[in-house]
Amino acid sequence: MSVATGFEYLEKLRDFFYGMLELRDRLRASGFSWPRPYELGGVATGTVKVKVGFPSMLRNGVIMDVTNVEQAQIAEEAGAVGVMVLDKLPYDVRKAGGVARMADVKVIEDVMRHITIPVSAKVRIGHYYEAFILEQIGVDLIDESEVLTPVDEQHHINKWLFVVPFVNGCRELCEALRRISEGASMIRSKGEAGTGNVSEAVKHFKVLYGAINELYAAYRDGDEERLRDFARQCQVPLELVALTARLGRLPVITFAAGGIATPADAALMMWLGADGVFVGSGIFKSQDSRERAEAIVLATAHWDDPEVVVESQRMVSERASMMGTDIRSLKPEELLQTRGV
Amino acid sequence: MSSVRVGVLALQGDVEEHEYAVKRAAEELGVNVDITRVKRVEHLNGLGVLIIPGGESTTIGSLARRNGLIDRLRDLIINGLPTLGTCAGAIFMAKEVRDSVVGETGQSILGVMDIAVVRNAFGRQGESFESDLEIDGIGIVRSVFIRSPAIIRAWGNTRPLASVMHPRLGNVITAAQENNMLTTAFHPELTTTKIHKYLLEVAMGRQ
Repeated sequence: MSVATGFEYLEKLRDFFYGMLELRDRLRASGFSWPRPYELGGVATGTVKVKVGFPSMLRNGVIMDVTNVEQAQIAEEAGAVGVMVLDKLPYDVRKAGGVARMADVKVIEDVMRHITIPVSAKVRIGHYYEAFILEQIGVDLIDESEVLTPVDEQHHINKWLFVVPFVNGCRELCEALRRISEGASMIRSKGEAGTGNVSEAVKHFKVLYGAINELYAAYRDGDEERLRDFARQCQVPLELVALTARLGRLPVITFAAGGIATPADAALMMWLGADGVFVGSGIFKSQDSRERAEAIVLATAHWDDPEVVVESQRMVSERASMMGTDIRSLKPEELLQTRGV
Repeated sequence: MSSVRVGVLALQGDVEEHEYAVKRAAEELGVNVDITRVKRVEHLNGLGVLIIPGGESTTIGSLARRNGLIDRLRDLIINGLPTLGTCAGAIFMAKEVRDSVVGETGQSILGVMDIAVVRNAFGRQGESFESDLEIDGIGIVRSVFIRSPAIIRAWGNTRPLASVMHPRLGNVITAAQENNMLTTAFHPELTTTKIHKYLLEVAMGRQ
C-alpha cells in the first residue's frame, strides 16, 4: 500500500492539531516564520511531503547503529540505507547504566563527511535542544529514543516545529498515533534494545497490526463509532485514526527495531509487515560484523525469497552472534521500552 | 485489450509508491497494466516498461550486482526497453556519478544514459524541498526533491526536459530523456501521475 495517498491528508492535519494555528499566529506576531515550510524563490523546504517522503526512500532497507567512522563505512559498503550514530551501542548503554545522552557532535560530523548515505542520530525524549543541535549540523533523521535517558517523562518533542524528520518508537497503535500527531515522520517498534532478543519487537508488531486490522475492518463496515471510541481512548484526532483505518497501515513508514541480531530476525520482521529494519547492537556486537551487515541487508531486501534468506543466514555463524538476554530476566526498571508515554 | 507488463526494480526503495502511481496512470489512460516486482533476473522476462525507484543508489547497486541484474538490465535498456529512473534510479542509469561531499563513490551503476549526476547536490535532508516544475511536453508538476541528485551535464541524444532555479545552485537540470530512457532527479511517484503517463505513452510509441 502506497503511503503517498495519505500525504495530502497529513498536510491538512498538520495545521489542525492541538491548536497549532493559534501558536502560529502568536509566533508570527513576534517575528518568527512558522509553520515551516518557508518558500524561497518557489523552493519550499521542511514540508510534510519532504519529511514523510524521505523515509519512503528507506523502504526495504537496513539502518545500522554505529559509533565511529570505520563502522559507518562498513555499514555503507554492506549496503545499509543509513546509519544511526550513537555514543554507545544499546548493549553497552544497558551495561553502563547512568545517564545516556546524544552522541558527540564531532563524531556525527565526522561520519557525515565520510559516507554518502543518510546519517541519523538519537536524542533524549523531550530534549528540544539536542534535536535543535542535530538539525543545525545537518543530520538527516532524528530518533527521539527511549534508549537514551528521557529528560521529560510526560512530553515528547513537538516535531512539527522542525525541518528535519523524526522517527519515534512505539509498542502499540495508540502510542504510534500519538507520536504521528506530534509530527513524527516515521515509526519504529520499540522492542527491547540491546538485548539481541527480537521477541519484544515481534510482540509490538503483532499488537500494532492486530489493532490496525481491527480498525480496517471497522472502516470497511462503516462503523464510525468504533473509530471514534478508539480516537478517544488513544487521545488522538479522529482524522488520524480514520486515515490509518482507510490505509490499513500506519500513514508513515514503519520500521522494526529492538533486538534484531541475525538475517533470519530481519526477514521475520519484514514478513510481519515492517517496511525496513533498524539493527542496533546486533551487528557491531557480533564477531563477524562485516559479513553479518551484508547478510542482514540481503535478507531484508529478499525476505520473500526463501533461497536468498538461506544464503544470507549461511553467511553468519551463531557462534559469532551477540549474546542474547532473556527478557524475563530483566527487572521492570531495566526495561527501556516503558520510557515515554 | 492487450496489457503492458510493467516491472518495478524492487531491491530497495519506494517500490509501492511507484506501483500505485503507474496503476493510476494506466487507469487514467485507459490502458491495462500488469505489474511485476523485479528482484531476480527471471523477473525481467517479457517486460514492456521498467521503473527504477527512489532509494539509496549504493544499496540498489550492490544488491543488483550480487544478483547478476546489472548486465541484463543494461542490455535490455540499451536495446530499447522504456525505462524511468527517479532519484536513485537516475543515478543508477547515469554514465557519470559523483557525490557532493565524498567525491568519487565507486558504486555499481548501469551507466546507460548520457548524463552526469552529482549525488546529494542540493545538500542533506534539511535542504530537501518541493517546487512547481515546468516539464517539457508534460506541463507543470509539483515536485518533491529528497536528498536529490542534480543532472549537471547531458550530452549526445539526451534532451533536458526540466530545470529548477535553485536559490543556491542556480539553474539545474532535473529531468531528461534519451530515446527510451527517462530520468528525474525528483520523485513524481509521491505527487503526480503525469510522468508515469508519459512513460506509458513512450512505451506505446505515442511520444
